[in-house]
Amino acid sequence: MSDDDNQAGGKKRGLFGRLFGGRDAAPAAPAPASAPLPEPVAVEAPQPEAPAEPRSWWRRLKEGLARSSSTISQGIADVFTKRKLDAAMLDELEDILIQADLGVATALRIRDAVGKGRYDKQIEPDEVKAILASEVEKALLPVALPLVVDPAAKPFVILVVGVNGSGKTTTIGKLAGQFAAEGKSVMLAAGDTFRAAAIQQLEIWGERIGARVISRPQGADAAGLAFDAITQAQAEGVDVLMMDTAGRLQNRKELMAELEKVVRVMKKVDAAAPHAVLLVLDATVGQNAMSQVEIFGRVAGVTGLVMTKLDGTARGGILVAIAEKFALPVHFIGVGEGRDDLEPFEARDFAHAIAGIDRDALHERTA
Amino acid sequence: MFEGLSEKLSGIFDQLTRRGALSEADVDVAMREVRRALLEADVALDVVRAFIDKVKERAVGANVVKSISPGQMVIKIVNDVLIETLGSDADPINLEAAAPVGVMMVGLQGAGKTTTAAKIAKRLRDRYKRKVLMASLDVKRPAAQEQLAVLGRQVGIETLPIIAGQSPVEIARRAEEVARLQGFDVVILDTAGRTHIDEPLMEEMAQIKAAANPHEILLVADALTGQDAVNLARNFDSRVGITGIVLTRTDGDGRGGAALSMRAVTGKPIKLIGTGEKVDDLDDFHPSRIANRILGMGDIVSLVEKAAQSIDAEKAQRIADKMRKGKFDLEDLADQLLQVEKIGGLGGIMGMLPGMAKMKSQIAGANLDDRMIKRQRAIILSMTPQERRNPDILKASRKRRIAAGAGAKVEEINRLLKQHRQMADMMKAMGGAKRGPMGKMAEMFGLGGGGMGGLPGGMPSQEQIAEMQKQMGGAAPKLPDAPPPGAFSAPPRLPGLPGLGGPKLPGLGGLPNFNPFGKKK
Repeated sequence: MSDDDNQAGGKKRGLFGRLFGGRDAAPAAPAPASAPLPEPVAVEAPQPEAPAEPRSWWRRLKEGLARSSSTISQGIADVFTKRKLDAAMLDELEDILIQADLGVATALRIRDAVGKGRYDKQIEPDEVKAILASEVEKALLPVALPLVVDPAAKPFVILVVGVNGSGKTTTIGKLAGQFAAEGKSVMLAAGDTFRAAAIQQLEIWGERIGARVISRPQGADAAGLAFDAITQAQAEGVDVLMMDTAGRLQNRKELMAELEKVVRVMKKVDAAAPHAVLLVLDATVGQNAMSQVEIFGRVAGVTGLVMTKLDGTARGGILVAIAEKFALPVHFIGVGEGRDDLEPFEARDFAHAIAGIDRDALHERTA
Repeated sequence: MFEGLSEKLSGIFDQLTRRGALSEADVDVAMREVRRALLEADVALDVVRAFIDKVKERAVGANVVKSISPGQMVIKIVNDVLIETLGSDADPINLEAAAPVGVMMVGLQGAGKTTTAAKIAKRLRDRYKRKVLMASLDVKRPAAQEQLAVLGRQVGIETLPIIAGQSPVEIARRAEEVARLQGFDVVILDTAGRTHIDEPLMEEMAQIKAAANPHEILLVADALTGQDAVNLARNFDSRVGITGIVLTRTDGDGRGGAALSMRAVTGKPIKLIGTGEKVDDLDDFHPSRIANRILGMGDIVSLVEKAAQSIDAEKAQRIADKMRKGKFDLEDLADQLLQVEKIGGLGGIMGMLPGMAKMKSQIAGANLDDRMIKRQRAIILSMTPQERRNPDILKASRKRRIAAGAGAKVEEINRLLKQHRQMADMMKAMGGAKRGPMGKMAEMFGLGGGGMGGLPGGMPSQEQIAEMQKQMGGAAPKLPDAPPPGAFSAPPRLPGLPGLGGPKLPGLGGLPNFNPFGKKK
């Protein structure tokens, strides 16, 4: 292991301290909004649905990514152990990266980065991992931005969009819980008027976190609800208004037109609304996520991404490709079903988890 | 689904067929591209490897390089392997067990289990006349049980009354008991979404299986799933032994690699596909048809079936008769436009036609959408019956009135009339030949003589379609706005689609020339 890595390990330890030890430290937290976020975790730990001993989110993320990590690192180890670098090996590397849903363009770029200047030389698996991690981090660093709620906007309107089953309602529940824990007043608008019981689902979340839920009967016009909700939120001086929407596939023109209308109507009440439009992406989705980002971005003016379901499945590599192509901020990742299982997105942790660099081991070695 | 992959593959195959002779290196290059195309379509890497190896092995065995048409040989091999990977025959839900037959739905969160449960219940009731009970075992997600209850009310399927605080296993037992005592034929158990590495939940799922002993265990999976599809299918299969797969969201623009991956890894059939948000949007999965669609050979059989379901046979007969006689007025045109809409719009038809994948971008660029059909119908509907029967009486003032009535411009009306005239002329030209393409077509689609029953198996065979196309190719006049030759260059056996340049689609007796590829945007 090179000095470089040790240094990286040492640096990481600061972050580690925050993750494993005290949540209070939070030294190099990327930005204001994410810094207070760990707090609610501690506050809400006694809640019944929270695990008895809250795991650190790094551990959860790593567990979630373990499958892909081990696949990748095993793959890398298989390919590179005591061999000279040649074209066939680079081909293999490319395949391995594609297999992690990184996308062809990204895989090619990393392949080139690995190949550059190393052709015909012995190369260690760890070195490949380090290069992979740093490339992934390089792509993700500029997009790892917190969601900043502008206190001047009252209410700060957040519209949540995505395809069916990506986890919009759950994400709203979790996020609203965090806002509430920060002392903000939150109002929810049950804009999924299509799916059966989606309104009840949001109402239950509202009860849990003590937020008011504005709803209309199933089948009602979501744009009308948006209008009422913003008007109501303005009247009551609410800090944050989060609006759910029905899941829709991005290639369904009529449904996308409906979403466009919701945005348009929001602007009638408040020209600056929606202040944030979050696209919720399911980590299990493959290359189609690109199309989701593109079309939702065009129609609804997406301002940031949330990636869900990173606890179970191994993927999420598509985020790298998305970051390279669209440069949209990634605000949060969802790592479970509990209300605390939503974490700010950290490029370095994500990159290391994807590359399969075992930070626990690294930590012990350097300690 | 599959369109993107189809587009890629037909590009690759185009290159192959264009060359007379193929070297081994050519085949290798093509395979490398196929491999890339499959990977980009989210087909899992191990599955892609196995697929390519199989194709290569056979290509060597069949001595592709020395065969007369090597390109087509390669395509045939790819097609065969594709069908093998997807499974060859449709394999619907199996209800052959003592009632109540248990059907258990499993899958990740957000895969669409609950919606699919309701769709399946409705299908079993409507098509197989079964009495179905649904029970939600999802005690985790807020309002999940409520969701199933609401869906049940919507489609008129009974759901197990909710008793708060029961565990999933208890609910499963209660559902079985209720179903047995009240004489239900089928009981559908909708379980909570779970990730395949969540050990406690996977254990719970195994317990539910042990308690309920379901006859079918269906893995509900999102067609948009990426490379992880294999892991998830493998894990669910090894824990509970799934009996089949239901692929949801196949109406998305994903490339459907998950279908290939999961079938290949588990060996379990894809039984059903969800094709939309409405409760009727569930279809049987026909592997060979899907394979054809992936390879850009279209899915004529499905198109014919769909047409047979939605087209008003009497009206079609009337139009076909008129066409033979060379009479074709605007009223007929309006009827035809309506039928196109019923089949799923132009997009729906195009998707199933051979060779269309390549042209997708052209079509998109031509702004050919279903609104055009609506507009054209609106124009015709703004005319008086007399005008519809005798378009010749339409002069400037009438056109202005119609334009105002339809919210269109006079130019649009002129364009429509021109198209109609071209069609009518062409039909007149062809009307004489009794066995001409149009007559043949009408016959093929059961409009000429004897209805659908007159066709072998109710559907045209590949040969018939090929023959028809040959005839059409021979007879279809070259229209000014027809796309350049080569735009339709042919996948094998279904040579080209010359008919498309002209105004007609099979079964519809002809569409107006929408000028989709021409000067008009």
